[in-house]
Parts: sequence; C-alpha cells; structure tokens
Amino acid sequence: MGTRDTDWEGVRLHVVTGKGGTGKTTVAGALALALASGGKKVLLMEVEGRQGIAQLFDVPPLPYAERKIAVAPTSLAEHPGDVFALVADPESALIEYLEMFYSMKLAGAALTRLGVFDFATTIAPGLRDVLLTGKAAEAVRRKGGGGRAYDAVVMDAPPTGRIGRFLNVSTEISGLAKVGPIRGHADTVQNVIRSPQTVVHFVTLLEEMPVQETLDGIAELRALGGIRAGAIMINMTRSLPLPASQLQAAADGQLDPDLIAVGLKAAGLDDSGQLAAELAAELAGQAKTTLGQQEQRDRLAEAGQPCYDLPWISDGMDLAGLYRLAAALRTQGAA
Amino acid sequence: MAQAAPRGDPGGRSAGTTPPPLDVDRLIDDRRNRIIVCCGSGGVGKTTIAAAIGLRAAERGRHVVVLTVDPAKRLAQSMGLTSLDNTPRPVHGLSSAGAGDANPGGSLHAMMLDMKRTFDEIVEAHAEPGRAAQILDNPFYQSLSSSFAGTQEYMAMEKLGQLRRAEEWDLIVVDTPPSRSALDFLDAPQRLARFLDGRLLRLLTAPAKFGGRAGLRMLNAGFGMVTGVLTKVLGGQMLRDVQTFVSALDTMFGGFRERADYTYKLLRAPGTAFLVVASPETDALREASYFVERLDTERMPLAGLIVNRVHRSPAAHLSAARSLAAAETLHAAAAANPGTWSDPSTEPDSDYALAIAALRLHADRMQQAAEERRQAEHFTAAHPLVPVTEVPAQPDDVHDLTGLRAIGDFFGKPE
Repeated sequence: MGTRDTDWEGVRLHVVTGKGGTGKTTVAGALALALASGGKKVLLMEVEGRQGIAQLFDVPPLPYAERKIAVAPTSLAEHPGDVFALVADPESALIEYLEMFYSMKLAGAALTRLGVFDFATTIAPGLRDVLLTGKAAEAVRRKGGGGRAYDAVVMDAPPTGRIGRFLNVSTEISGLAKVGPIRGHADTVQNVIRSPQTVVHFVTLLEEMPVQETLDGIAELRALGGIRAGAIMINMTRSLPLPASQLQAAADGQLDPDLIAVGLKAAGLDDSGQLAAELAAELAGQAKTTLGQQEQRDRLAEAGQPCYDLPWISDGMDLAGLYRLAAALRTQGAA
Repeated sequence: MAQAAPRGDPGGRSAGTTPPPLDVDRLIDDRRNRIIVCCGSGGVGKTTIAAAIGLRAAERGRHVVVLTVDPAKRLAQSMGLTSLDNTPRPVHGLSSAGAGDANPGGSLHAMMLDMKRTFDEIVEAHAEPGRAAQILDNPFYQSLSSSFAGTQEYMAMEKLGQLRRAEEWDLIVVDTPPSRSALDFLDAPQRLARFLDGRLLRLLTAPAKFGGRAGLRMLNAGFGMVTGVLTKVLGGQMLRDVQTFVSALDTMFGGFRERADYTYKLLRAPGTAFLVVASPETDALREASYFVERLDTERMPLAGLIVNRVHRSPAAHLSAARSLAAAETLHAAAAANPGTWSDPSTEPDSDYALAIAALRLHADRMQQAAEERRQAEHFTAAHPLVPVTEVPAQPDDVHDLTGLRAIGDFFGKPE
C-alpha cells in the first residue's frame, strides 16, 4: 500500500457535493470504489435519506448500519478492497449520540412519538447537520482491528447550494447554542472537518449553471476558512474528435456536407447526400455544445483545483459503468 | 433553428407505450387557469421551463407573473433584467410572433423569492412596530427565517398566496424550490406550520399555562424526560430564545397553520395546474413518479409531464449499430492507408475523418436517445394516463428571450 502517488494523500474524509442532476451520488460511489482498490476499507455514507447508494449498487434499501456493498476493482498485483455503505439519518444519529454520551437507553420510538426529534431539529436547524457530520467524523476517527476502522470515508453530501452551511456546523450551532453539550460535540466535529484530513470535492457538468455553482461553492468554502476544497469532478464528459478549425466551422454551420458524404459513400450507406446533411446538422449541434463546454472548462480552471474527467456512460449507468468511472478516477490520480 | 425531426417521431420512437400528448398551449390559453406550478427534482431545468411557459403565455395574451426561487443570475439576464428581487419586475421585449390566432397584448413580470424578506414582511404586516422589532431581533427567529429547511417552501407558498390575492395577474407561473425531493414543497410548509402551532412548542415554552389541565397531566411523566433530553441536546439558552419568540408571535396573528392551509387549498382549487418537469434520466423520472402519485392522493390537478433536454437525432433512420459499423469500416480503410497518421489516439488524417466523427457521434446519440426513451417508457408504463411532452436539449444555454421563446415553441401544437 502507499505505492501509488495520489493527489489526496492523508485525506480520510472525502465530502462529495454538486448541483442537483450532476450525478453526485454516482461520483461518490465511484470514488469510494477507487479509494478501496488496493486492499483498502472505505465507508460510503449517504445523508439525505434517498437510498441513492442502494439504487446505484443495485442492493436492497440500506438501514442505519454499516454494510458491505461492493468489492473494489482489483488487479493481480493488488489485494481487493471493500466498500461499506451507511445511510445516516439524523434521528438515529441522535439516539446513538444520547446513548453514547449519556448512557441514556432511550426508547427511540417514544421520542419520535412525542415529536421530540422534529422539535429539536426544527428549533436548531444546525442540529440535523451536526449529527450527520458528527457520524462521519466518528467513522473517520474510529479505531478497529489494531488500526483505523476505515482507511477513508466518502460522504455523498447535500447539494452545492447548502454545502457551506452543512459543513460549517460549529458556527451555525453556536448562533443558537452558546454553551452546552451539543456545542462541545460540534466543536469536535469541526476539528475533523477543518483538518487537512478532510476535503470537499465538487461534481459538475460542463454547463453554465453547475459550473457557476461550483465556483461559488469553492469561493464560499474559502471565505469560511479552514474547510479545504478538493477536486472538481467533471461528470459525463464526451469528446468530439475534430480538429479545432473543423470544430469551429461545424459550430458555425459552415461544414460542407460533401466532406461527410464522401465517407458515407465509401462505407456503402445509401442516400449519402441526404444522410450527410442530417449528420452535419447533428455534428453542428454537438460542436456548439463542445465549444461551450470548452469555455466552461476554462472557467473551472481558474479555480485552481485539480480537475478529473468522468466519461459519459452512454448505455445507461450500472455497476459496470461505475467500475469504469472508478478506473478513470484512479488513472487520473484521484485515488 | 430548424428542427429536422418530425415532431411525432422524436428520434425514431418505436411502437411502445405512447402517452397522451400534453398540450401546453391549451393549458395556457385557457383563461380559467390561474396558477401553473412547475415541480420536479433539482437540476432538470425547471426554472427555465417555468420562464419559457411564462413568456409564451404572455406572448399569447395572458398577464403573467413568474415566481422563481432559483437565484441564477442568468435567468434574470435572459429576461433582460439585471437582477430579480422580491418584487415583480416587468419584462420588456415581448413579441406576438408565437401568438398564433390568440389575441396578443399580454404582459410578463418576473420575481425571485427572498424568503427572509417575505417572512420579515409577514411579521411587519401583522405586529405593531415594537413587537415586530422584538421578533425580528430574536436569534431564534433569525435562524428560522434564514436557514430552516422548510422556510423557503413555506415562503414560496406564502408569496403565491399574496400574488393570487393581488389580482394583478391572470396567470401565475411558480417554480418550486430546488430541493432534492420534489415533494418537499408540499410537505415543508405544513411541517413548519405544525411546528410553530404545535402543542409541544407551547407546552415547553409555557408549561405553567397548561399545568392545570387534567388531560395533560398524563403527559407529565414523559414530559420530564422530554425536557431533560432537550436541555441536554440544545442547552437552556436556546429554549429561552424560543420561548421569547413564541410569546411574541402568539399575540401577533392567527396562526401559521391557517396560512399554510390557505395555500394548500389554493393548490387544490380549480384554476391550478401542476406541471411535473423531469430530465429523461432514472432519478429525475423516479421523483416525477413519486410526485404524480402524491398529487393524485392529494387530489391536486396534474396537467402532465414535461420531459426536458431530450436528445433527438435528425437521422433517426440510421441505427446506432449501422452507424458504428460504418465508422469502423472507414476507420479500417483509413488505417490501412495511414498517410501522416501517427497518433492512434486521434482519428486518422484522411478524407473520411469527418464522416467517422459524424458517424460515431450519431451512434452515441442514438444510444442515448434509446436509453432516454426506455426511461420515459418506464414512467408511462406506470402512469399511462399522464400526458407527456418533450423539450429537446438545446445546444447551448439560454441567454435571452429568443432562447426562452425557442423552448416555448416546442410547446406549440404538433400539427
């Protein structure tokens, strides 16, 4: 172990965020697989109760318990690794917290029935977040088997628009709870989140709005101070293998369909003239998109964070696709 | 931009489950329709669809206000506004080109929800100045109004009620908050109202007031445990802030639940229509399914599903397999005669290069279209009666009214 150079040596908590629709859960899953290869043990954690991990890995809905869900891709030279999954919900985390710190063997059901949980999280909106980040911090710090229980924890976190508030729990809580046990707990959690052990990765598409949210999100983290931005994971990328000059011509609708027709004819396709015109139109649309994407890529580069490309999986996202994404992350040094 | 594919045949739709077509124009032309709610999970282009519908309706003669909760500057800019704020702003530059035979002469306003401002305004409108200031300064109120997860949804519904009561517009198009779950905006207002009007809150903050009631004595044993837990978790200071807030609120007005109930009723009333927006992907369509089922349970009027950003091909008659095979043939021919081709990761520099690129792209497109269609058919298999329409993916982002109008044009009747 430790023979490969990766960009995130020493990082143990990978927080993965992204605008809705960018494939945040998929990328978190791929990252967990990538980090686990080479005989590591990784915990993939979900905090929004959508059972996205179960759907991604095609397993039944997951409980509030750590379950092994996948074996990491492996080569002959390596040991296989394990990915565990945990669906953390704040209510279970609160009950666990009370038991752990106060030995309060509470009937969770009674608390729920009385609405205490809803009440507490409503009064203190940050409470929900501190319980979830607290669970991640606990997993990072946990010991087991003569070493650490997990080599890394990957969290499928709330979307970019909420990530600053979600991770900045200590400040959010302190506005309300100036003293008290939850405040102390929040401070412990902050020590993990604001340490070099934790980075926040942003999943984006090469479209204007997700890119803007990514840049805003990175700026927000920088403004908070102490919470480290990690990589920008550019999801669903596709290449259009055209030389720059032709790309521009195609985008401007200036491509001569005859240039395509020559090839179509050689390949034995019927009605090559008509087909060439149709394909030229399709190419024009994609060329426009590609040029726009290059602009977005340039904007992302300004953030100065490492960028990884995750290829578009055209035949539908499944486990095989997930392994392909994990391999792409490994090749690029993400894990 | 000319769209080569005939509209009835989006990328070669096979004979499968065909849903009834959703006629958006009929929806916006029917003047009995006063509210259109666009909902769906985040990242599906809901806000853009809402704006495009608003623009189209205005250009077909309606007096429209679009209420958005998405802070994207781009949307404001596309409507010619420097920014959107909590007040409806007029959008200029409408044309009546898309009006068809409808009477033009409509208007369009747009606004963006500022949840804290909206909450503050409720407080200011209902409490005398001293009381209002006391509430606005309360740390618990500040946290509640700016960061409670349900506040945005509650305030969106509150704003919708205000716009409806203003009677200045004959059509309100609402874009729902960008939550992960499309159902949040239906549930969150009730949750907030339940909390603010809730018995537990009142019990905890004014136990003396209720102490004598026989019915509540039974609770006392459990109650001690509850306060114990809460004090442990939250600390005493926070409970005191809440108490101050609630007692200030109490004297103010008739309850949050009634307000939430009012908008809930509005959503059920004739004249309201829900449009569910999804991208042609598993997650988004699953959310759309949940939402459709929920609307049905609540007896809220669903107009249909808009599948946004669908990929269509102008050459749908050429299958992915044939296209790929042709590309391989050309690739082999070019490789046999390499010329200056030295880097195998690039395409061979030959007369066929462009054709190879075009064929590969086409194969990819056809695969994607097939996958998207499969996802949409899953939805329709479960909800065969829900009308559906599709909006093709645009090659670039929407930047102006022309871009919004182009999207609206897809709502035009197929014939």
